[in-house]
Amino acid sequence: MRRGRALFLERRGYRLRRLMDAARLLPVLGVFLFMLPILWGPQATGARSTAVDGVYLFLVWPVLIVLAYLISRRLAPVTEEAGDAWDEGGAGR
Amino acid sequence: MIPFKLLVLACLGYVLLLFIVAFVVEQRAAQGGIKWLRSPLVYTLSLSIYCTAWTFYGAVGYAARSGLEFATIYLGPTLMFIGWWWLLRKLVRIGKTQRVTSIADLISARYGKSNLLGVMVTLLAVVSATPYIALQLQSVTLSFGVFAQGAPNDWKPDSGQTAIWVAIGLAMFTILFGTRNLDANEQHQGVVTAIAVEAMVKLVALLTVGVFVVWVVADGPADIIAKVNVSSLSGWRLQPGRWAGLTFLSAAAVVSLPRMFQVMVVENVSERHLATAAWAFPLYLFAMSLFVVPIAVVGLEVLPKGSNPDLFVLTLPLALHHGSLAMLAFLGGFSSATSMVIVAAIALSTMVSNHIVMPFWLKVGTRQATVAGDVRQIVLVSRRISIAGVLALGYGYYRVTGGGEALAAIGLISFVGAAQVLPAMLGGIFWRGGTRTGAVAGLGIGFAVWLYTLFLPSFGATGLMPEHVMQAGPFGIGWLRPHAMFGIEEADPLLHALFWSMTLNTLAFCTVSLASFPDPVERLQSAQFVNAFEQGPGARGWSHGLAEAEDMLVMSQRILGPEAAQSFFAAQARAQGMAGLLPDTTPQFIDQLERRLSGSVGAATAHAMIAQIVGGAAVSVEDLMAVANETAQIMEYSNQLEAKSEELTRTARALREANGKLTQLSDQKDAFLSQISHELRTPMTSIRAFSEILMEGGMTEEQELKYAGIIHDETIRLTRLLDDLLDLSVLENGQVTLSEVDVDLRDLIDRALMAAGPGAMAVERDDSTETVVVRTDSDRLSQVFINLVTNARKYCDAAKPKLRIEVRVRGGQVDVDFIDNGRGIPKESQAIIFEKFARLTDQARAGGAGLGLAICREIMANLGGSIAYLPGQGGAAFRVSFPRRIARAA
Repeated sequence: MRRGRALFLERRGYRLRRLMDAARLLPVLGVFLFMLPILWGPQATGARSTAVDGVYLFLVWPVLIVLAYLISRRLAPVTEEAGDAWDEGGAGR
Repeated sequence: MIPFKLLVLACLGYVLLLFIVAFVVEQRAAQGGIKWLRSPLVYTLSLSIYCTAWTFYGAVGYAARSGLEFATIYLGPTLMFIGWWWLLRKLVRIGKTQRVTSIADLISARYGKSNLLGVMVTLLAVVSATPYIALQLQSVTLSFGVFAQGAPNDWKPDSGQTAIWVAIGLAMFTILFGTRNLDANEQHQGVVTAIAVEAMVKLVALLTVGVFVVWVVADGPADIIAKVNVSSLSGWRLQPGRWAGLTFLSAAAVVSLPRMFQVMVVENVSERHLATAAWAFPLYLFAMSLFVVPIAVVGLEVLPKGSNPDLFVLTLPLALHHGSLAMLAFLGGFSSATSMVIVAAIALSTMVSNHIVMPFWLKVGTRQATVAGDVRQIVLVSRRISIAGVLALGYGYYRVTGGGEALAAIGLISFVGAAQVLPAMLGGIFWRGGTRTGAVAGLGIGFAVWLYTLFLPSFGATGLMPEHVMQAGPFGIGWLRPHAMFGIEEADPLLHALFWSMTLNTLAFCTVSLASFPDPVERLQSAQFVNAFEQGPGARGWSHGLAEAEDMLVMSQRILGPEAAQSFFAAQARAQGMAGLLPDTTPQFIDQLERRLSGSVGAATAHAMIAQIVGGAAVSVEDLMAVANETAQIMEYSNQLEAKSEELTRTARALREANGKLTQLSDQKDAFLSQISHELRTPMTSIRAFSEILMEGGMTEEQELKYAGIIHDETIRLTRLLDDLLDLSVLENGQVTLSEVDVDLRDLIDRALMAAGPGAMAVERDDSTETVVVRTDSDRLSQVFINLVTNARKYCDAAKPKLRIEVRVRGGQVDVDFIDNGRGIPKESQAIIFEKFARLTDQARAGGAGLGLAICREIMANLGGSIAYLPGQGGAAFRVSFPRRIARAA
């Protein structure tokens, strides 16, 4: 809307915007999932099950990696388009 | 048990392999080589220097002591990388556009190219990295020690000796491949590839040990879970503060450690690689930590009580008599240690030389940036010394602390130190309001608090922090105790230091920034950094081009090297629509030049050097209006106008140049006519006069002979002139037939020097570069060479005339430079020397008809090459370039 832009983007542009949003939100989800174990378990004694926590951690981790893969795979071309603009005066490699 | 000799041998073999990898890659890269080596995979693997020996060995020990807490060291970076769209992408983009050479350079460039900040960040980095390097040396020494236990006495290594040999070896490797060239952007392809190989080795090693432990020693994952439940690890304590704090700390460290910044931002070649690393690097970290708990549990079960859990990765296979597996694990640990030290040394030495040595060198004495001589050598030497210095510091620290248990905690201490850069960095790239004074205050306070609460106490009771200060605070002030600031007792010392240093750092940065006012350069830079993605042409830092392009060229040749500097200037001149090497010194040009230079010596130094020539940092009111950014629409409109008027100016300039040349040519044409009549007339007159005398007769035979001789000489002169004219017209019409032969360039130059006859001039040549076989018309080419050599002899007016001949092969192109040490050719004449009858000095001295260079130019055009005058070489200099193999014309 600013600078006289169209009110609605076409479908592809819209998808791309939301994908960028997803990329921004992913670490927030990551923080939530990684910090979740703090809320579990017996607060009083502090003793907890290493096995359960470990399995949880090593399940959540790959899930985040797969999500990051799905998002960044589609965002990579966007970076390159923008990337070409500044690559003019480089070392010529 | 593996023989110790074999271990040493394997180690040396492995190092040799790294040398070969780095060497081959550098060679190939120089030839314009191999694309896949700059792939996202190599980039991701090079990031793995995050996993040092401290994580390779130490993670298992950490898990054995504190359960899953070890994972926080990897969770932070994971979060940082899956959130690449926020921070890392911007860092990489800024690193590219601003040609950032190190983290100190980033901070210094952002805050008005301030060298004070550069020095502060450099010091912080060196202080926090030294113990870390010591830690790596220790880990290599310890792992050697494990194998040496079974070795015969005469082979038992002294631990100090091992450490020093490792340090020396690493210094050599780093100097060899890290300071090869002072290239744009500080990229080191050979080293990066070697690091990627090391990353593979340590990953494979740890995974192999892990698989061995889970499926060979234990009966698969279920068995491991059962073992965990009965081991001492079963009921670990999750301390919420440490869990969150360490995750934050490792996330901060992954962007602010100098070595991570080096591989992530400086060595990055494409943002696309970052998109891959966003998931691939977390995957690497995941793989590195997957088997940590199993190895710890099985180690605790199998190995005797009291054995060091930090070495389980190594001792477990040894205890189970799998020698080759232990060897692999050893190489993995060795890789982790060496790759970290190599990259850290490169990053630190770049910072030290760009922010401490170069500014110092520029300031000391009366040296000006335009004096001839190569600065590159000085920069390279200072880097080499810095690398040796950094490793010596690490080794010294290792000796002083005795390599004891105290070192194990140092990894996190070092992280907290490096993280002090974070507020200034984040504030710099997301907040326009961050100022230099704010950054100095924040960094200073953060650095001081870190030293006071964490670093100095880490030396222990006997160390630098007196016991009574630890117990009662300085001067008995209780609330200033290093481990209990402001009355927070009983807190974990690390967490306590992290909390206070980061809080006070951020607080100081924000409040001082809010209260202070930035200078113009700072405001320009802040706009460029914060708006890195929506950058148009960019605001300029230089408004008045008072400088001479030739001075600029002389200076940049010293930093970038003649070849790179000349091609940069030529490209800029072409962009401005001009021929030759010297562009107009427009603000845009100076700006681009500064950026290019800062890729080699850092922003602050580049700025200072340009300022020496341009005469003071010049930011005008118009530029500041660009910063204000409030009149966006007017700006846009005026930008369009400006672009149009710029185009007009460019056209006008091209027209003016063409017009000037035409006028000169017309003058020359007149001169040519009178010249040719004169040239023809003089010999004709004497021929006529003497033949009349001869016709009269009545002379002695001796006299007759003398007069006939004069007539003969004059006809020869006439013929030569006519020959030259004829030659020129044949060449100009392209009717010449070339006879191609294969010829050695050195022979050709020899021949030319010989043919030009002996002279008082000294000739300087480099035989090694001259051995090039070219396919061309050797007679024509040597005609050009002879002409240039003769000219140099004739016109060089130095007291000790000297001619330098340089041969350079670039791809299919051969450049031969003839450079003498005379006065050179004045700028206004450079454009016309290749025209017919263009003679700069008076005729009597020159003796020729002024056709030589015109003929040369035509010959070169016929050979598919060119001849050009090279300004700024300290004398008259000509470059003859031609294809290595002449292209057949139809």
